[in-house]
Amino acid sequence: MPEFNAAFPLPREIDFAMLMPVIMVLVTGMIALVIEMLRPKQNNNLIVIFSIAGLMAAGVATAIQFGQPEKTTLVEMVLRDQFGLICQLLLVVACALTILFSETYLRSRRIAFGEFYPLVLWSTAGAMIMASSRNLLVIFLGLEILSISLYVLAGLARAELRSEESSLKYFLLGSFASGFFLYGIAMFYGATGSLDLAFLANGLTGNPAAKTLLVFGIGLMFVGLGFKAALVPFHQWTPDVYQGAPTNVTAFMAVCSKIGAIAALFRVLVAAAPMKADWLPAMMAIAMLTMIVGNAVALLQKDVKRILGYSSIGHAGYLLVGLLAYVNAPDQVSIATTGYYLLSYTFMTLGAFAVISVVTKDGRDTTRLEDLNGLWQRDRLAAVLLVVFMVSLIGIPPSAGFFGKFFIFQDAISAGLVPLAIVLAISSAISVAYYLQIARAAFVVETEPRPAMRMSPALRATGLICLLGVVLAGILVTPVQRFLMGTPAEEPMEASTTGLVGKG
Amino acid sequence: MESYIGILVLVAVAAIVCVAMVSLSWVLGPKKVTPYKSSPYECGVTPEGSARERFPIKFYLVAILFILFDIEVIFLWSWMTIYRDSEVSFQLFSFIEMLVYMSTWILGYIYAVRVGAIDWDETTSLDPAKLEDTVLPKLEAKPVLQPATEGS
Amino acid sequence: MFVIGVVGVIIRRNPIVIFMCIELMLNSVNLTFLAFAKYGPATANADPYQHAMAGQMAVIFVMAVAAAEVAVGLGIIMMIFRSRSTIDVDEVNLLRG
Repeated sequence: MPEFNAAFPLPREIDFAMLMPVIMVLVTGMIALVIEMLRPKQNNNLIVIFSIAGLMAAGVATAIQFGQPEKTTLVEMVLRDQFGLICQLLLVVACALTILFSETYLRSRRIAFGEFYPLVLWSTAGAMIMASSRNLLVIFLGLEILSISLYVLAGLARAELRSEESSLKYFLLGSFASGFFLYGIAMFYGATGSLDLAFLANGLTGNPAAKTLLVFGIGLMFVGLGFKAALVPFHQWTPDVYQGAPTNVTAFMAVCSKIGAIAALFRVLVAAAPMKADWLPAMMAIAMLTMIVGNAVALLQKDVKRILGYSSIGHAGYLLVGLLAYVNAPDQVSIATTGYYLLSYTFMTLGAFAVISVVTKDGRDTTRLEDLNGLWQRDRLAAVLLVVFMVSLIGIPPSAGFFGKFFIFQDAISAGLVPLAIVLAISSAISVAYYLQIARAAFVVETEPRPAMRMSPALRATGLICLLGVVLAGILVTPVQRFLMGTPAEEPMEASTTGLVGKG
Repeated sequence: MESYIGILVLVAVAAIVCVAMVSLSWVLGPKKVTPYKSSPYECGVTPEGSARERFPIKFYLVAILFILFDIEVIFLWSWMTIYRDSEVSFQLFSFIEMLVYMSTWILGYIYAVRVGAIDWDETTSLDPAKLEDTVLPKLEAKPVLQPATEGS
Repeated sequence: MFVIGVVGVIIRRNPIVIFMCIELMLNSVNLTFLAFAKYGPATANADPYQHAMAGQMAVIFVMAVAAAEVAVGLGIIMMIFRSRSTIDVDEVNLLRG
């Protein structure tokens, strides 16, 4: 069948530099598994060291690509663009930080399985794949690699019913959602004849039936990805799973799964921009609902992890606003805003969960608000870190959280999405209440004696790195933004940025 | 849109027929539950024991591993279909790729063996603690239950 | 089939049945892919070879992913069953709030 082969696209030229980060992470995971096999029942320090080394290499491989032109390789299945690179880098960093503080946490919970590390690494690789493709099938595969590993991770604390339950819930709802996503892909494929998002225009020309299919397809994909990113009508799993899963897994899930989903959402939204009129109102409604519900329901919660779960829903809403602003007015608004927000989100969320993981007692998690009491007495640093992360999550200057929110706010207005900007402001005002509640709990003086809550060196390092990330990204807004854009050129928002830095 | 009317009609008819059949049989049908009726049907023989008896778990694990290693083959098969007729450079390239692919499977297999997932003999490793594990996602392996490293 | 799967997920209480319904959804996707691959896209300007190829490969990947999901899902369900000897989703409700 020679003519058949002529039509079949062969990967003749492969730009391995572009694939390297993902490959590195995957291979690191495999080697971690091998180490696990060879050294059973000993401590996992070697795996930790090796994983972090591998992740650092992957991070470097990603960072050197910053600022390089957009390019696709491997028969257009892998795409490199600035936003994808930002997401990949953040994923690698988040994964490394998670691994850094996991070992002591897992030991204190008596679930120090060496398999944790390969799973986390593969999961990260899945999210990285999601961030670096325009091909829907590849995005789907990345999504599955990400989430199947996460299903297992959520049930890591097997002796504990809550962990198992969160695993089951996550699994059932997650695969339900990926079913929707997949059906959306099938519709898209039917309408355009391709799995590549770039061919969306095919479906818009000519046959009106194709247009209908396309609308359905895009809608179903939104459902699937919205689930992963925990947008509001599809958010119910989030607090449950966050609460039940081991805290380090929750941290990882909150960051990586969200970055992956937002990156994929970004691709779909950008590709679907020509038919904006069909979905923009719906997406705006979803964004508003997400922000309001996420922040309002968080007020009622008594468990720190649940609060943070709802707050991450709220943050998903803010991120969506950033994406919508970009899609609505790509000329005036830079995607680096969302990238910057993701950066600050990564550090503050990871940091907050890392600090909370200190409250482990007798091998179990107890994360009611009261359990944070006395943190200040036991470990000053932990309390201070917690406060800083809360401040950043609220968005008080000069933390990175503030600038992230502020830029999104600004973008929403300049993109003409004023309602979204207003809702964003209101809901972050609501959020002050519950973040302060968490911070206050740490300072309540504890009278009854308790087992010491002290941060291990690794946890301390994680916390400090996150602190550094939050503070530095806040202080050095302009250079960071420039770095994220990958261009040294001056940007329109720079003037206001420097002005703000001067003030704050 | 015309080209889809047929499908839509088919969908509608199918939905109506399904709903009608299920709901009518539920509404009209007699609902007498006798012990004999609700007992499981086993080829006319009186049922023995509870049908909800649990199967030994080893079947389950082996079955799951079988599924995973079974599915692996379809990728080989689709590769094979174009392998013979393609040019040499592609043959070489894809052959190496396939070796890499297979080596990940072999890694998973070694892992499964080491963990004791497919030991048939209960005495060696099939203590319940080892078995209640989840089988791993993407790469065919299976997390071990490993006693926590305590005191470290 | 997709709708049956969705409805099944929503109304059934047994995770295994829910799970089967999810599989049903995935299989319906496979059928959709194959149908589109066979009868061509709804649009005219796509390369027919690539088109058919993409659909068929999609089916293979979906099957593989479904198998991985089965493995993990059954593992999780077994784990739950062992520790509480019920898997009814209504009884698995420690996490509320």
